[in-house]
Amino acid sequence: MKSLEELKAIREKMKRQMEVRDNDENTIRVVVGMATCGIAAGARPVMTAFLDEVERRGLTNVSVSQTGCIGVCRLEPVAEVFVPGEEKVTYVKLRPDMVPAIVEQHLVNHNVVTDYTIGAAE
Amino acid sequence: MKELSLHLLDVAKNSVTAGAGHVDISLTEDDEGWLTVSIRDDGRGMDPEFLARVTDPFTTTRTTRKVGLGLPLYRLTAEQTGGSLDIQSTVGAGTTVTARFQRRHLDCPPLGDLPGTIALLIQGSPDIEFTYQHATPNGTAELSTAELREVLGEDVSLAEPEVFAWIQDYLTEQEEQAAVSVDPAAMIKGEIS
Repeated sequence: MKSLEELKAIREKMKRQMEVRDNDENTIRVVVGMATCGIAAGARPVMTAFLDEVERRGLTNVSVSQTGCIGVCRLEPVAEVFVPGEEKVTYVKLRPDMVPAIVEQHLVNHNVVTDYTIGAAE
Repeated sequence: MKELSLHLLDVAKNSVTAGAGHVDISLTEDDEGWLTVSIRDDGRGMDPEFLARVTDPFTTTRTTRKVGLGLPLYRLTAEQTGGSLDIQSTVGAGTTVTARFQRRHLDCPPLGDLPGTIALLIQGSPDIEFTYQHATPNGTAELSTAELREVLGEDVSLAEPEVFAWIQDYLTEQEEQAAVSVDPAAMIKGEIS
């Protein structure tokens, strides 16, 4: 059974990580559109996949957050990636199985996964 | 929306937008297949005039466009199963959205991924206090962010991926105890009026 004890262990681990964590200027941000349009198109499993993948790889310099409607409902689920010092990249029509490639290639190795971007879809 | 939990995710986000500090979510199932979903917040509330047209798809608070489909779709889903949607709201005090669904009705979507939904709600608004309870004749799944915060202290945010994963796993175990399966044969025979 999952217990609150495990949560305590997470706390200790996170505290240690925070001491070595990069400052905010170096944080890569991933923002997933989670309004009615995004949710109906399947944003929830995409969001979950980002969180799971970031946790699995132990990426301490990545923050994953939710936002409302990004404005291109027909291309949902949509995620935006902000790498400091680089142009914003918008990924569209996402599925959970596309997420590991984005995390590995873009967030870790800084190569945009061009096939999944809004530029490729339009 | 293919799952009731997706509606829950969508409608509960209205509470976040309304500036709520506390959001209480409860799902209660009885022996006859009736499910009551209540989302209660202490956000800014709605005046009677706005409340009267809030399930009209052409009512929204957003400024970029004139349509808002969250509550209209939620109401439609409830009514399709023979249930109903009720919204109580007071300006400055908060809003309670209560929906009733007949789970054995053919048009009732499955509950879907409740642990993932609740975990994402908390992850998306780590500063709001959420309580969650899903009570069925088989058992109860519950979680309160105040309790988690006590363990995590002030340094660790509820938005951290590790915490998200823990909440998801914790609730999955609890939901397995409480789950009520719906017999498709009973649906087709129309045993529920």
